[in-house]
Parts: sequence; structure tokens; C-alpha cells
Amino acid sequence: MLPNKKGYFGEFGGRFVPETLMSALEELEKAYSSAKKDKGFQKELKYYLSQYAGRPTPLYFAQKLTKKLGGARIYLKREDLCHTGAHKINNTLGQGLLTKRMGKKRVIAETGAGQHGVATAVAAALLGLECEIYMGTKDIRRQSLNVFRMKLLGSKVIPVKSGSRTLKDAINEALRDWVTNIRTTHYLLGSTVGPHPYPVMVRDFQSIIGKETREQILKQEDRLPDYLVACVGGGSNSLGLFHSFYRNKRVKFIGVEAAGRGIKTGKHSSPLLAGSIGILHGSESYLLQDKDGQIRETHSIAPGLDYPGVGPEHSFYKRSGRAKYVPVTDKEALKAFLLLAQTEGITPALESAHALAYVVKLAPKLSKNKVIIINLSGRGDKDVHIVAEALGVQL
Amino acid sequence: MNRIETKFKELKKKKKTALIPFITAGDPDLKTTKALVLEMEKRGADIIELGIPFSDPIADGPTIQEADIRSLKHRTSLKDALDLVKELRKKTEVPLVLMTYYNLLYKYGIKRFVAQAKRSGVDGVIAADLPVEEASELKRYARKSNLNTIFLASPTSPSQRLKLIAKESRGFIYYVSLTGVTGAREELAKDLIFSLRRLKRLTNKPIAVGFGISKPEHIRKIRRYADGAVVGSAIVSVVEKNLKSKDLVKKVGDFVQRLAQSCY
Repeated sequence: MLPNKKGYFGEFGGRFVPETLMSALEELEKAYSSAKKDKGFQKELKYYLSQYAGRPTPLYFAQKLTKKLGGARIYLKREDLCHTGAHKINNTLGQGLLTKRMGKKRVIAETGAGQHGVATAVAAALLGLECEIYMGTKDIRRQSLNVFRMKLLGSKVIPVKSGSRTLKDAINEALRDWVTNIRTTHYLLGSTVGPHPYPVMVRDFQSIIGKETREQILKQEDRLPDYLVACVGGGSNSLGLFHSFYRNKRVKFIGVEAAGRGIKTGKHSSPLLAGSIGILHGSESYLLQDKDGQIRETHSIAPGLDYPGVGPEHSFYKRSGRAKYVPVTDKEALKAFLLLAQTEGITPALESAHALAYVVKLAPKLSKNKVIIINLSGRGDKDVHIVAEALGVQL
Repeated sequence: MNRIETKFKELKKKKKTALIPFITAGDPDLKTTKALVLEMEKRGADIIELGIPFSDPIADGPTIQEADIRSLKHRTSLKDALDLVKELRKKTEVPLVLMTYYNLLYKYGIKRFVAQAKRSGVDGVIAADLPVEEASELKRYARKSNLNTIFLASPTSPSQRLKLIAKESRGFIYYVSLTGVTGAREELAKDLIFSLRRLKRLTNKPIAVGFGISKPEHIRKIRRYADGAVVGSAIVSVVEKNLKSKDLVKKVGDFVQRLAQSCY
């Protein structure tokens, strides 16, 4: 699926930004499209992805989990084993190399869970770029380990105190920085959101996940999977997994949104399930807003999902029916976190635990010859404090 | 011709620069906004911009962000602003421009917005995150109703874009003086005069300069090269400093008057 010239997937996407950013987006679009065709660039990216980030990541057959749930065969795409512990590095290495290609020396980024922040800090250290990361103060508190990691890597973490003090506000502040330092700085956006070309570019950099998965499942099962399941915040890990299977209509896509304390409570982060169409952070897509168009506050136990918007390609998938979207609450995600830890010895990121939690419900209903692949997009070390707090344990 | 176009014609004859103050509607409340508009006109404002507060104002610096927060505390909406303009039209013919972010217009419905804006007596609209490429729906309805669509031009816009922006703007072109967000600055951007001359060569439409313009001497420096000056954060700061004062409206008026004196 490619967006049209103006960056629209169907009716979703576009480029709704202050004029000051327009020429930089045009420049980025040109640089990206030339890099995409440039064998030298692709070779360099491939080198870093394999020798530095540790790709390909395994597609692991979760035998014990499969047995425990007693239904479909469950595979985990182990993005948690990437360098820095999440899929985010696939994109930051790509955009980092692109930054150098454009002759810019400084990158800025937003982060919620801190995973994209750490992955950006790592890419910046590796490629010799100056790096500043915007992070809401609420997230700084709940992901303190990642904050310190970013600092150790030589990046500056700038606390954002405005609004809900989470990912949305970090993006606002990063955009304000970019408007100011547009000539010297690349905004290394971490998800499939934002103005064109970000949604398609980030998806492309993440599509390595699905490409590998396809080869691996063909090798291991000699067939394509029945279900691909991934959590959806902005949408980068899910689209990264789904993209290579887009034309295989028999492969079902399931995007799991964070239902927080339950969709009915209003304290959730499920724009596709409970939102309406609007414009935020540069693109037209589903989002959580009130009747006047003011953006609503969100909630999720997983900071990486705690965002009122979603990438335009997901909105398109919803509209066209290509993907199905389902809710998973904080509680269900926590339970899934513990289940995977104790059956397979893997602690997933709370974000990825949402995808897992849906599979806990889905797998037993399916026969044993069905195949489900979950994108285990990150590891849970960063979340032990949140989990401890939720379980009432003092560390 | 609508009120904005007439105003620029009239000012051109007088060789006066248009003073365009900005305030956020509903900061601190709608009653004060109404009083401020009337006072600012009396003190020499030629066109007045009313900001409609948005929860995520990415083009604004801290001063206007805070004003938006104050206004949103009592949920000021686009509809409130349209009603306010209707009220104001009983008392004044000063050209009024609404400035906001596109989601508020989109959510309201573009067709409905344009119809009601026109009925209320709004003369122009600016959406800070709406570049010309995305504005076809707004333009389509606004053209029919003679509601001016004002687009932003910036220091990073290449000539080709400047031409497009000039072509699509009605009423005036809003030139963003610097690369950055709104907010009072000590000095003007170094390349501002050069950029204004470049833009002037590309268009006959009036050019108003905003972002960072905050004192009389700024206006004096640009007035040979631009047709208007937008002052936002500096005025909103006066509001902010006098929130508890009975003299809020007068204090803002005094400041506007000082600015107006630099426009001749």
C-alpha cells in the first residue's frame, strides 16, 4: 500500500503543518525517495541492522504458551531481542542515516515509553549526531530507567510539563523545536504518525519485521500465518509486521488498542475503536477528541500506547476492513505480562503485552492447525516498576 | 470587497501601517474579550485577530499556550467565538479575523463554519497548521462567501511556494517573521527586511508581519516593507499580567495605543 502523492492513504494522512515546516518535509520526502533507490544507502542500513542491531530477530515458536492456551500455534516475533530492546531501532538507524545524507547534524525526538528515545539516542551516538529528546514529565517518572539510559548515551532529555505530560505533548514540543531549528535539525519521529512522508517512511523502515517473519514462517511452517497480532499506539510495530502480508488477504491483521481502564470509563487510548476523524500532529486520522475538536486526555498502563491519535494507514485499514481492531485493558495486559514471564521466561514490554493478551482470548477458540504470530515489539525491563506498583509490591 | 480589503485600501491612502493585535477569545473570559476588542479599536487597532484556543497549539510559544489554557478552563469553543463576533457586530465594523488550528474548523464542519462565520460578521480566517495544499475545501466555501482565507508565508518558503501562498491568500498574506513559534522577541530576525522585499516583488497583495513583533520600534523598522504588523504574545502578556487588575482593559488599550503611534 502506497499513499498518493499528497501522502493520503485513502482519505487519511496529508500534511497539516505550519508553513515553516513545509519545505523541510519536501526535502525529507526527496531525500527519502532517493535513499530508497540508492543501493549504497540500503547496503549501509542493512549492515547496521544486522551487525549492530542484531537482525534478523528470531521467530520463536512458543510451545509452552501454545500448550497452555490449548488452541492455535503461537509464534513470537522477537523484536525484544533487538539492540535497545525494541523494534524502534529499525527506524532510528534508517532516519539517522538519512539525517547524515541531508547534511543535518542534530536530531530531536519525542518519546513516551522511552524506547524510541533510547533508540534515537543510540543511533545518534553511533552516527555522531547531536540529540535532544522530548518526554512528558509523567512518562519521565514512570520510565525513569530509560531516561537515565538516554542520558548515559549522551543525549539531552527535555521534560515537557504541558498538557497531559505524555507522548502527545512531547510531540507538540518536538514540533515547536523543529519549527525553530528547521535548518539544522531533523525531527526523528518514532511512529507511523505525523505529516507525510513520516507515516510511509517509518512503516517502510519497520517493514523489515514482516519481511523476515514471512521468510521465517514459510521455513518453519511451510505456510503463511492465519493471524498477525500487534499492539497499536501510533502503529509502527504493527504496520512493520503487517505490510509484507498486505496482499495476502487470507492473513488476518489484528491491531490491539489500549483500552486502559475500559473503553466505557473514557480512560483509554483507543482512537480506532472509540474515536472520530480529525487532524492532529500533521495528519488526518482517527483520534480522541471532544465535540469541539479539543484533543482528549488518554490513559494506558503502557506509556507507548498512551496517545490520542493513530497512524493514517491504520485508519485506512479500519475503513477498508483490512485489519480488525480490538481492545485490551490495563488489567488484561498485566495478566498477559505475567503469563508470558512464567510460561516462556520472557518479560514483554507492557505495550506488547496488549497483543499477547488478545491472543490469550483468541488462541483457545482456534483449532490446533491455525497459526498466530504476535509481534513481541519490546522487552519489559523498563516496565518492572509499573508492574510492581500495579501489583502493590515495593521495590 | 470585504472589510479587510477596504481597510487596507483606506490605510494605503493614509500611508499608515495596519496594526493587527491578536488576543485569545475567552482569555480570561468572553466578556473581557468583547471589551478588549472595542477598546483596541478605539485605541488604534485596524484589524483584530481573535484566537480560538486549541488543546495542542503547536505553532504557539508559552504565552499563547497559557492563554489557551486559561480560555479552555471554561471550554471556549469556536461557536462561542462566532457568537461573540455576532455580538460585536452590533457595535463595531472593525475587520475581524479568526485564527486557530484546523481540527477545530474540521470538527465543526467547513461548510457550516464558513456559512456561520459570514453570518456572524467574520472577515477572515487563518489556520496555523493549514498549508495551501490542504486548504481546497476551506477555499471552495470561503470564496463563495467572500470570507478571506489568509495563509502563512515563512522564511523557509521557497519562491515557488511564496507565489502559491500569495495567489491563494485573500485579504492579506501573513508573513511569519522568523523560524519559530509565536512569542515576544527582543530583536527582529536578521533576514526579515530582505525576505519582505523578496515577497513584495512577488505580489501586490497586502503583507502583514507577525510572530515576534512586540514593540513600537519593531513596527517602525518594518513599516516601509510591509502593510501591516500583527502583535500577539506581547498583548497577551499584558492581559496575563493584569488578570487580577480592574484596569486590564485600559492597560491593554494603553499598550495598543503605543503600538498604533508607531504605525504612522
